[in-house]
This record gives sequence, structure tokens and C-alpha cells, in this order.
Amino acid sequence: MNLTSIDWIIMLVYFAFVLGIGFVLKRRVKTSTDFFLAGRAIPAWVCGLAFISANLGAQEVIGMAASGAKYGISTSHFYWIGAIPAMVFVGIFMMPFYYGSRARSVPEYLRLRFDEKTRGLNAISFATMTVFSSGISMYAMARLIQTLHILDAPFQRMSIPPEWIFQASIIFSAGIVLGYIFLGGLSSAIYNEVLQFFLIVAGFLPLVWLGLKNVGGWHGLTQKLPAGYTHSWVGMASPHTSRLGVEWFGLVMGLGFVLSFGYWCTDFLVVQRAMAADSMSAARRTPLIAAIPKMFFPFLVILPGLIAIALPNSAPQTPVASASTSTAQPAELRGSGIIPPKMDANTGLPKVDQDGNIVLDYDLAIPNMLLHYFPTGILGLGLTALLASFMSGMAGNVTAFNTVWTYDIYQSYIRPNASDAHYLMMGRLATVFGIALSVVAAYAATRFNNIMDMLQLVFAFVNAPLFATFLLGMFWKRATGHGAFLGLISGTTAAALHHGLTLPAGAVAGIKGGWLGVVVHQYPSEMAQNFWTAIWAWSTCFVVTILISLLTKPREEKELVGLVYSLTDRPSEEHLSWYQRPVVLGAIVIAMSVLLNLVFW
Amino acid sequence: MGLDIRLPIGGLFIALGLLLALYGIFGDSNIYHRSLGINVNLGWGVVLLAFGLIMATMARWGKGKASEDAARPAPSPLSGKRH
Repeated sequence: MNLTSIDWIIMLVYFAFVLGIGFVLKRRVKTSTDFFLAGRAIPAWVCGLAFISANLGAQEVIGMAASGAKYGISTSHFYWIGAIPAMVFVGIFMMPFYYGSRARSVPEYLRLRFDEKTRGLNAISFATMTVFSSGISMYAMARLIQTLHILDAPFQRMSIPPEWIFQASIIFSAGIVLGYIFLGGLSSAIYNEVLQFFLIVAGFLPLVWLGLKNVGGWHGLTQKLPAGYTHSWVGMASPHTSRLGVEWFGLVMGLGFVLSFGYWCTDFLVVQRAMAADSMSAARRTPLIAAIPKMFFPFLVILPGLIAIALPNSAPQTPVASASTSTAQPAELRGSGIIPPKMDANTGLPKVDQDGNIVLDYDLAIPNMLLHYFPTGILGLGLTALLASFMSGMAGNVTAFNTVWTYDIYQSYIRPNASDAHYLMMGRLATVFGIALSVVAAYAATRFNNIMDMLQLVFAFVNAPLFATFLLGMFWKRATGHGAFLGLISGTTAAALHHGLTLPAGAVAGIKGGWLGVVVHQYPSEMAQNFWTAIWAWSTCFVVTILISLLTKPREEKELVGLVYSLTDRPSEEHLSWYQRPVVLGAIVIAMSVLLNLVFW
Repeated sequence: MGLDIRLPIGGLFIALGLLLALYGIFGDSNIYHRSLGINVNLGWGVVLLAFGLIMATMARWGKGKASEDAARPAPSPLSGKRH
């Protein structure tokens, strides 16, 4: 790839602003509340944009386009069935307890509502998870910089060996994120996330516009692709006709209910953004405001994937196709659209699956679209947007980590009763070693790819039952700490057992499932298996928590005021205009999301 | 937190918009075959510049309004009534 000085200047300007925000905010960080909770002084719309931006990491931008190219517009279920209803639920029903209880983190809410051991379990698993997630983000970014040959030319000019590109990318991204969080804490992360949000829109909107213009608009796109690509619900009656390999029930319950509610309603990474809001009503509006741009994100991140696959095969011009993909090869050895085949590093030939079909490298959908449509200048903007998305994902994890570490682990188990200045210092230190651990995780990913897959699997097991615990905790005053703790443990166990006893079609026993030796059920796709694993985990946790709670001693009702729905005052909304009321906003959001489902049925 | 976020957003987009638009005007015009013959640098640069200016203006306008708000006592976040 040939970047010219204008592209580099655009990147530099962006990074100057990112660090500049950190420096400006540094002067305003005086207490640990300033550092970890942004002083609870951020307006709702800023929290709202940070709320989605923190989640807009590599997985979202690269992964959703990849999934769009692979499965088509059905990918939008992750938004219109998944994220949106969950965001409305957390805003209307759960935020009064998170914000109103004055808990400083999600694990801390668990301690207030249940007990110390439930908090400890959640805090430790969450902290581990954030470090690895940010490491994986860092690794993916460094790999992308390598694949796109972004730094090849400057490195050659400075006669630094190309092996250093990966190292330099890791150090650079770690350095930037460390810089602005160390200085300004959560407010710096939130401000930068808002900046990143606008930058990502600015970088990808012209891409979608050019792509759509090129293929003849939405109408032209539907004509170039098989029908299943442009309809989200057609064929959902059975797993065998659905493009995702899962029927509507598994989709709605597994993805829509368990996984999405589990993520958006209980993950401190996103909830922390709402907790920083300047008032209860702002905290409740945060996820609702976030939901509005979020529901249009499929057009920004999924559509490029569809366009990439719809374009005519263009192997010779494809900017990032592997060297061996040339016009001399028969058509079936080339990629599809502008998506190149996945190459086998050992043979230098495209990888083929069991049926002899070429495996496509869908993750290159977005990068190749950028290179296909953007000339120098705006290419710099597009690449900066891509880098910004990686960093916002990393920063979200790092700020969640330093807070949970300092409040829920360090202050609770290692050194209680220290001064506020001490915890502020610990928060800054935690930022440094959180990022250092992420770097270690990124390097671990280069050596032991399977370890990363396995860790992500374990996290999925730990996360799947969480929403049952929060649902019972907030809406059933009889739920007890022993019930919650054992419910979580058994839910995670159920997830592991289900995964160990089932296998997606075409996979061999191992990391993909079936590792218990017996395969009880075979799913048509990996997605179907994931959704059903989540459903089993959630149901087990739900039932076990209820049973154990009924057998154990309930807490006094007066201790649960502000923590449980039936014992808490409804937040007053009378001073708010109609468009500021969470319930009204929530209804608008749901109506819009239903409409989108119907339009793309 | 004191710093109006619209200020850095405005600043960044004014800078990026100007860079792109100027490059679109004075740069090589033979590079646009990729973008279907459209000078996207100029077009999108102007859009970003306009967005940046709106944000910066809103930050200035909001500054006056914020000081008025500060004079008024904010409603307590915990006030509520029992149902």
C-alpha cells in the first residue's frame, strides 16, 4: 500500500488530539472518583456515544463486515434483536439500581445486593477477561498493520527490519492508550471514545456511499447477491434453511435474550459509561441515546461486507490479495468479490475446507474495501478510523480493568481503608500494569493461538449465566447470596458441559466442542451451538439460584432498599420534558427497531 | 468535567476537513479513478469542515448557557416518589 504524506498527517493530527485531551483533563483529576467515574459529571449524550464506542472495537468493525460478507444482512440480528432491546432494558429497568445504589462498579453492586463471594467471583473473572480482550485487540491491530503493509515503506526508508513492524505496532497502540488513560482516567477515555465515534462514522460513511453508488444502490445490491443475503428473517423457521444455521427460537432466546442482555446489561465495560453520567435521568438515558445510532450501525459496518462480496471478482487489482492469486489461476482458486482466499502459510496456496471449497478471508472485507475505493487523502482518514476503533475497544477494557482492580480487588482484599489519594495512585498504576499484561496477552496470542481461543471460550461460559443472576437480584427480593453464587457456578458448568457434549456440523472434537468424548447433538452451525450453550447456561443459573435461595435465609428487606425493584422508589421524571423521559425514549427506540426488522425482513 | 467535548471534536474535524479539502483542490487530480471519478477528498473534506464548525459553534454557544445553568440548583438525582 502506498500512503503519502497527507495520509500520515491525518493520522498524526488525530493522535495529537487524542493525547491532547488526556493532557487537558489531567489537571481536573483530583480524586479517585474523578479518575474512575469521571466525577459522575458527564452529560447523557456524551455517555451515550461513549457507551457504543467502547464496544466498537476491532470485533465490531472488522467482525461485522466479515459476518456481513459471509451471512448477509442477517448479521443485523446482532443489533436489531440483540443489542437494541437489551440497551432499552438496561436503561429503563436496571440503571436505577446501578446508578441509584451508588455502587462504583458492577461487581460492587453484586456485593451490596448479594455478598462478598459473588462479588469476588465476578470481579476476578471480569478483570482477567478485560486484560485478555484488550490484548487480543492489540494483537489484531498489529496483525492488520502487518497485513496491509502500512508501515512497510517508512520502515524500509529508516532501514529498520520489517520484523519490527509487529512490535512497533503493539508498543505504539499500548503507548497511546496508556498515555491518555493514565493522564485523564475515565473522562479521558470517554472523551476519546466520543471522538472515535465521530471519526469512525466519518471514515466509513463515504465508503458505504461509494460502494452503494458503485453497485447500483440497495436495489443493485439485491440483484447481485443471492436472495438470502438481503433478507434478515427469510428462512428463519428452520436451522437448515437459515443462513445462520439457527432457527428463530435459538436466535431470539440465545442471541437476543441471553447473550445480548448478558453483555449490555451486566458488562461493566459498557455500564461504567452510564455510571459516569451527571444524574440518574442522564444515566438512564445513556443506553437509550446510544441505541439510536447503534441501530443504524449495520449500514456502516455490515453493508461494506455485502458490497465487498457483490463486486465482480477482481483478483489482479485486489490490493491485498496474496502474491499467488494471479489471473493465471482458474476462477475457483480466486476469492469472491474483493475478498481474497485465506492462505495457508506453509504451502502458499489457498486453504480449502472439507468439501474442497476455498476458505475466504472475510476479515479482510473492510480493509480491502478501504483500499478499493479510497484514494490517498481520504484513505488516511479511513485507516485512522480503523485504528481508532481498535483503540477505543482497548481503552474501554483498560478503564474497566483499573476500576474493578482498584475498588473490587485491591480495596476489598489487599488494602482497605487507605486514603483516596492512595487509590488514585493505584488506579494509575493499574492502568500501567493492565496495559503491560495486555501486551503479554498479545504476544501470547502470537505464539499460542489455541490458548486465546480457549480463553475466549471460558469467558463465554462465565458470562452466559450472568444475566440470570442480575435479573433475579434486581427483581426478586427473595434471591440470596448463596443462591446467586451457586447459580453462577452451576450456570458456567452447564455451559461447559453443553459445549463438551455437542459439536457444530463439519467440526472435529476439540476446541469447537465435543471434548467430553460423546457427542449428544450436532448443530448445523457454530453460531447455533453458541446460542444454545448460552440458553442452557442461563436456564441452569436461573433455576439453581431460585432453588438455593428458597433453601437459604433471605436478607432483611430494609437492607435491600435501593437494590431491588419492589423496595425502591421509582426515579422521578416529572421535571423532564417528554423527549428526556426514559420510557418515552425507550418506546421510540423499540418502534424504530421493529420497523428496521420489517423493512429488511 | 469542565472541558466541553464539542470543542476538541470541532477542532479535530475542522483540521481534518481543511486538510482533505485543500488536498482535494491542490493535490493530484488523477488519483480519483478508485472513487468512481469523484473528488472525495474535496467533497468529504467540506462536509467534515462544516461538521467541525457546527460543533465548535455549539461549544461556544453552550458555554454561555452552561454558566446560566450553574446558577440554578440542579435537581437531586436521588429524589423520587414512592408508588
